[in-house]
Amino acid sequence: MRAALTRLAAPALLFLLLLAVPFLGIGGGFVLDLLTRAMILGIAAVSLSLLVGGAGLVSLGHAAMMGIGAYAVAALDAAGITEGMIVFPTALAAAALFALVTGAVSLRTSGVHFIMITLAFGQMAFFTASSFSSLGGDDGYTLYARTEILGSPLLQDRRSFYLVCLALLALVWGGCTAILGSRFGRVLRAARENERRVRAVGFSPVPYRLVAYVMAGAVGGLAGALLANASEFVSPASLSWTRSGELLFLVILGGLGRLHGAILGALAFVLLEEWLSHLFVYWRLVFGPLLVLAVLFLHDGIAGLPGSLRAWSRWRPTFSKRRSADA
Amino acid sequence: MPEPLLELRGLCKNYGALAVTDDVSLTVLPQEIHAIIGPNGAGKTTLIHQISGTLRPDRGSVLFAGRDVTALPVERRARLGLARSFQITSIVPGFSVLENVALAVQARSGSSFRFLRPAGSEAAINRDALAALEAVGLAGAAGRMANALSHGEKRQLELAIAIAMRPRLLLLDEPLAGAGPEETARLIGLLRDLRQRYGILLVEHDMQAVFSLADRISVLVYGRVAATGTAAEIRADPEVRRAYLGEDELA
Repeated sequence: MRAALTRLAAPALLFLLLLAVPFLGIGGGFVLDLLTRAMILGIAAVSLSLLVGGAGLVSLGHAAMMGIGAYAVAALDAAGITEGMIVFPTALAAAALFALVTGAVSLRTSGVHFIMITLAFGQMAFFTASSFSSLGGDDGYTLYARTEILGSPLLQDRRSFYLVCLALLALVWGGCTAILGSRFGRVLRAARENERRVRAVGFSPVPYRLVAYVMAGAVGGLAGALLANASEFVSPASLSWTRSGELLFLVILGGLGRLHGAILGALAFVLLEEWLSHLFVYWRLVFGPLLVLAVLFLHDGIAGLPGSLRAWSRWRPTFSKRRSADA
Repeated sequence: MPEPLLELRGLCKNYGALAVTDDVSLTVLPQEIHAIIGPNGAGKTTLIHQISGTLRPDRGSVLFAGRDVTALPVERRARLGLARSFQITSIVPGFSVLENVALAVQARSGSSFRFLRPAGSEAAINRDALAALEAVGLAGAAGRMANALSHGEKRQLELAIAIAMRPRLLLLDEPLAGAGPEETARLIGLLRDLRQRYGILLVEHDMQAVFSLADRISVLVYGRVAATGTAAEIRADPEVRRAYLGEDELA
């Protein structure tokens, strides 16, 4: 019980801080917009973390799920439908369906092959989006208005949009955490570590992986629909494989071991990108190496930072003890 | 004679020109320990793989409880009640000892497509898992991480996982390999108890253990069954002496 509470301490603190931000009036609307974007990426990243960290499925096509969610918003917007009770379920269902079809094929492979085939499906979605001339093709599509919730312009207001995204982020995190701890999650985690063992006790891993892939796809679709609302713009760029790579990267940066690591990774990524790009023009020269260093030295990512610091502080004494023993 | 739990009929498996399994037919009866012995490279593990479903035989069939399971994959055979331990320990290293066993209990306790309730707090599953750990003498280590166990303890854990499946037949591939003398004594006692409930097909190098445990022994040489019989018959078989057992083993 106590262990469970300690495990929940870091994510709880994170959500409290995010909740406090709009009421503290830090930095005005710009900061809220930035954090909103980070939290939306965080939603997608948590779902990807369920796949990568939980099920051991390294997908390089997760941006496609987001893109499909975003394009669902655009397509409905073009048809004059902006009601969230229609838009969001459609976005989720479209992404889930895409995940179901592509997952059923991709999950026949594993390892590097799985990475490549998810990438291939992602690229197919990208080029399909580019060819939607009614939705602007390569140029993208500007929404007439943000999605309404039961007819009210809830998402128009910066602060309430922020809070909606925060609530959804917390919901997704809580849901994915519960899933990983459930019977279903236990089979997923075991199959990641030792597929042979899982088969030997009587589970075929593929159905479990497929369900996880579809759930992660649906959540990716949700994130995409939110992102379309945040920028009020949809373009094929949101489905590009570099976005998939970015998502994968921030999941690893945040730490694969814990789901809230994905949120930390998203926050760190977005804030660092913003801060550095204001400092100087060639910010990418610093950004890249910084990320490489983070991956090299933070094995458990940002979420594992407290543990890593503790390990480092313990390292010296044992080192000197060993030396004195040698002498 | 009761109906055999496991029956192999003319099993053949070739790797190129090499016949690894050459027309093997044998049976395991309920509540019987049938041991397979043979020199290294005789094809014992390959045979186990074909029984458990990891490998498809080129010819012949595997019957389990009267049902032809030759075409079924590993997980389906496991669900029918065929549990195996691996020659090279196969556990989930990042799980606790208890959760390793709980996974096996979970496999036979209803659907695992349950998404929200914490599996770790399912009392019925944990109780059964703990009982299996107690049976192998590993209950004290239930809370430890599986990868922190000693080699011998990992062997015990594998056995606990197999028992927790409540199988009808245990396929044990060298369960005593690498175990210390005390652990060996304990495991032999355990296998003797297990025989009351399951059929056991045992591949083992420890001859003392085999001769004290097995109801019947089959000797595998170059993929062929050279002889099948009771311990006394096998000891006396001249061909077995020549092919496999050293004179000192028989003294």
